[in-house]
Parts: sequence; structure tokens; C-alpha cells
Amino acid sequence: MTTMRQDITKHFLLGKFRNPNYLMDAVQELQSEGYPIYDVYTPFPVHGLDRLIGVKRSRLTVAAFFFGMTGTITALAMMAYMLVMDWPMDIGGKPNWPGPAIAPVTFELSVLFSAFGMVFSFFGVSKMYPGKKPILMDERVTDDVLVVAIDMKEVENREKAESILKKHEAHEVVDKYVHDDLFEV
Amino acid sequence: MHYESPLREPLILGGRTYHDVTEEVLKPLETPPQKMKMWLAAFGFSALVAGMGVSCILYLFFEGVGAWGLNKTIGWAFDITNFVFWVGIGHAGTLISAILLLFRQTWRNSINRAAEAMTIFAVICAALFPLIHMGRPWVGAFWVLPLPNTRGSLWVNFNSPLLWDVFAISTYFSVSLIFWYLGLIPDLATIRDRAKNKIAKIAYGALSLGWNGSTRTWHRFEIVSLVLAGLATPLVLSVHTIVSFDFATSIVPGWHTTIFPPYFVAGAIFSGFGMVQTLMVVTRSAFKLQNLITIGHMEAMAKVVILTGSMVGLAYATEFFIAWYSGNLFEQFAFINRAFGPYWWTYFIMVTCNVVSPQLFWFKKVRTSMTITFILSIFVNIGMWFERFVIIMTSLARDYLPSAWALYNPTMIELGTLIGTFGIFFTCFFAFAKFLPVVNMFEVKTLIKMPHRKGHDEHGSDH
Repeated sequence: MTTMRQDITKHFLLGKFRNPNYLMDAVQELQSEGYPIYDVYTPFPVHGLDRLIGVKRSRLTVAAFFFGMTGTITALAMMAYMLVMDWPMDIGGKPNWPGPAIAPVTFELSVLFSAFGMVFSFFGVSKMYPGKKPILMDERVTDDVLVVAIDMKEVENREKAESILKKHEAHEVVDKYVHDDLFEV
Repeated sequence: MHYESPLREPLILGGRTYHDVTEEVLKPLETPPQKMKMWLAAFGFSALVAGMGVSCILYLFFEGVGAWGLNKTIGWAFDITNFVFWVGIGHAGTLISAILLLFRQTWRNSINRAAEAMTIFAVICAALFPLIHMGRPWVGAFWVLPLPNTRGSLWVNFNSPLLWDVFAISTYFSVSLIFWYLGLIPDLATIRDRAKNKIAKIAYGALSLGWNGSTRTWHRFEIVSLVLAGLATPLVLSVHTIVSFDFATSIVPGWHTTIFPPYFVAGAIFSGFGMVQTLMVVTRSAFKLQNLITIGHMEAMAKVVILTGSMVGLAYATEFFIAWYSGNLFEQFAFINRAFGPYWWTYFIMVTCNVVSPQLFWFKKVRTSMTITFILSIFVNIGMWFERFVIIMTSLARDYLPSAWALYNPTMIELGTLIGTFGIFFTCFFAFAKFLPVVNMFEVKTLIKMPHRKGHDEHGSDH
């Protein structure tokens, strides 16, 4: 029964904190002891925590650049087609491709594509969509509780992990089993 | 290492804990509307005013643009004045949410949410005027958007600043909206997890996109916010620059000046901060948020008002100097006419409210008095509305050809539309204040100082 359960679920040991500074200390000590930290759930961003638990720098900035370029090309192609190819007009002998006059629209479309492309990529990689059921590690994790989740799959010494968490004043240490299909970060 | 100035006042007062912030910010949201009599009255009144504005607009559609007091000389007046006024209001929101984020000004954390909301509602009011001034906005889609049509296709004119405006304003609105929504997601999740009411749970649940506070998501979230701020900063500067091009690219004396883009941007931020002050004075006392939106925040905004107000004053002086120095008779006449012509009284209101009265904010007593701040912020708004009126009307009323000179008076329909947009703005703002958190909870929580371990502190001071 237990083996079957381990196949389809993740087993976490959760340490719940009220002070981000203590939590940082706990995470540091757990890592030096070699405990795999799956994730940390916080009601607000804690600076340095992402680097501490080894979150790789997101490439969304690169995505934003390419979305922006797409916007630039779209704007230039659209105006070139309309002003030069499809219906060129002679207005007082002015050139059909008016240098500076195309700058504003090009700029605006670049910003528009970049912003929307990046935000929707963010929703995509974070698997955020309307109606998604959130997996909450604590009912107050969006209020004032910070939760360290230790992946217990290959951890033998549960007691030691618990004592480290308690030492750094975790007010609660609990086990949590989450169905694998539901849980994908 | 991190250094904290001992002289600086804390940004959050009253020793608030994380949970206190949640409770304080969400209190109005979790109180049933029938228990908030003041809110109901304010919302109801604003909705009524908005309704009057909508009736004026419907009358305009029925009657045609003849319902406005325009004439052959003055082809646009109230519509463009109100448009520029409302777009300008929006700029403070983006300045607070984007530019101050890039400059790491943490005092923005308490006020950015409301300021961004203000931006969005102000841009809605602004966008209304170009739409309705076409008289038949449903046909207008062909005039403002590059849509294929049966006349060629005859495309829109990409040389026209008015078309640039279409792209600038719609991009500005969309990007502001998504920036605002992105910042709301963690707070919406907080509301979702506290909601007792079933409808609220479903609604906030759907909007919060399954947010669970994972550090991986926070990491991406912060990067996206920073890049959006980086995009919104040139965007907001471009928007009012392009709005100023509506005038600066023309050959009308008093309009075709190269000073317009920076002058308009400074004015926009100035007027926007005036509106943020007005809204914040009311919000902090109505919702009892004085510990989160402190006197320190109000003072910081007052200082921005002094700065931008003085920049606007400098721009007025520069315009006069250049008119004289250029030796151009038409330009000189335009400016003498602006100050002493038939619309002299609007010029007088403009200078008094924009240049003179904000200087009172130099006094700490004035900055820390909420009554005086409220009154002065209203003056800023009046002054900035008149600035646009002065620029537009005085130049149009007396241009090159004296036989074409004319004066303009707004009709009741125009006044009703202007007042109506205030109704729309405040209806939206009051709805926002009731159903969404007016203070960005998660950003404010990052400002709360929590104790370090004893050993840790000693370790820190060694550096």
C-alpha cells in the first residue's frame, strides 16, 4: 500500500514559519545538511531565496526581447505594405516611406507585443490559468505563513530535518502528500 | 551590506504584522456593502453623475456634433482638452508603478495599486473623447484602425500624430491593464483563501490563476514585473510625447514649439500626482489606512508636485522667452494674446493653480496637513485642466487671419460630458476600492522588518 502510494504522490515535509529571516536560516542549514528543498511557499517575495534554493534565472527576459522584435517587424511590415506597396499616395511629393513618422507606431507595437508576449509566457511556464485549483501548503500561505517543502522521496532522516526546522522556530512541522498529476511546477 | 538610514521614518507605522496588513487592507472588501453607508452613497452619487454623462453622449450621437459649441475657427475644443487632461492624470500611476520601481523607491509600495487603478480609469475617460468626437464612433473604426475597406483599400494615415495617438493610447491602456492585473494576482489569491462567500471564492479563485506563492513563480513574477516596468517607462513618456505632437507638428502659433514633449510629460505627471493626492487623502481616512499610507507618503507625493509644478512653471516662462527671442511676430502675438487676450482669466487660473499654489508645499506644515493637501491637489487638477484649455483655445481663437478670429463657449452638453467623465472615473474607482485591495498587500509586507537571530546580527555587523 505504501509503495503504491509513493508512486503516485509526492511526499513533503513542511516547515511553517512566520519570520522570513528564520526561514532563510533554516533553508541554509537544511541545504548544508543535504536535504533536497522542493520549493518554498511565501506570501510575498523573499529576496535571495530563489537563488538559495537554486531556482535558475528565468529566460522570460529573452522571450520578451523576441516578442518585442516580433512587434517591430509586424509594425514595419504592416506600414510598408500599406504605404508603399498596396496604396502609395503622393502627398505634396513627400516620400511614401516617411522616415521619422513611422517611429511612434513601431515603438508602440514593439512594447505591446513584448509586454503581452512576456506576461502570457509567464502564465504558460508557471501553468497559471483561470480556474486552476491552487495547491496550498497552508491555508495562510497567502497571508502570513511561509512554508518550506522538503522533498522526502529519498530522505531517510526525517527526525533530523524536523529538528532543524524546529530549531529555527518553525511553528509547525507536518507531512503532506500531494498527488503528482495535480502538482507540477 | 545593507544599510539603513537611522534618520528615515519607517514606511509602515504602528508595528504592523503581516497579518495586520492583510486584515487592514481587506476590511472594506470583506464588509458587506449594506454596512458601508458612506461607500454606497459615494458610489451611488458617482453612478448618477456617470449616467448623466452617458445621457449627454447619447444626445450627442442623436443630434450630431452640432450639439457642441464648435465653430469654423475652433474645430476642436472641449473634447481634446478633456482628452489631454485625462490622459495626463493617468501618467502618475505609471510613474509610481514603473519608474519608481526602477529607482527602487519603496514608498511606492503602499500607493501603487490605487495609482495604477487610477491610470486605467483615467485612460478610459480619455479614450472616450476621441471616440465620441467622431459623432459616429461605430463608423470611426475605419478612420482610426488600419482595416481593409472597399475604398481601395484606402489605409489610415501613418503620418498623422492623431493616428500615432490611437496606437499610443491603446498600447498604454493594454499594458497598464496587464501590469495592474499581474500585480493583483498574489493579492487576489489572498482574498480567495480568506473568502467565506461562495461567489467570492469562485470569482477571486478564477482571477488568481491558481497562485500558491511558490518561490519559482515569485522569481518569474518579479522578473516579469521588472521588465514590464522597464517597458512601461519609455511607454508612458512616449504617450504624452505623442499627445503633444498632436499640437507640436501643426503650424499654429503657440503650438509648434519643440518644448512640447517634455513640457507635456512634466505637466501630465504633475496633474496625475494631484489626482493621486486627492484620492489618497480620501482613501486613507475612509478606509482607515493611515498606518500604511502614512503622512510620509503624502509628503513624498507633495514633493513630486513641487518639482513637476516648478518644471511646468519653467516651461511657461521658457515659452514666453522663446516667443520674444525668436523675433517671430505671430509667435509673440500668440503669447501676449494667451496672457492678456479674451481668455486671460483662464491663463490666470492656470498660473495660480499650477505655479503659485503648489509652492506652498515647501512648508512642512502644509505637506503634513491633509485638509490643505486635499485643497491644493484639487487646485492642481483645476489648473492642469485650464492649462490644456489655454493652450488649445487661445491659439485657435486668434491665429494668422484676423477675419477668422472667433471665440468658443462650451454648451451644456459639453459641460455635462466633462462632469460625466468624473462620474465614470469615480464610479470605477469606488467599485475598485470595494472589490479589490486598494493597497498592494504583498509589496507592503516586504517592507515589514522582522527580527534576525541574535548570532546573525553580530555576524552582520562585522562587515
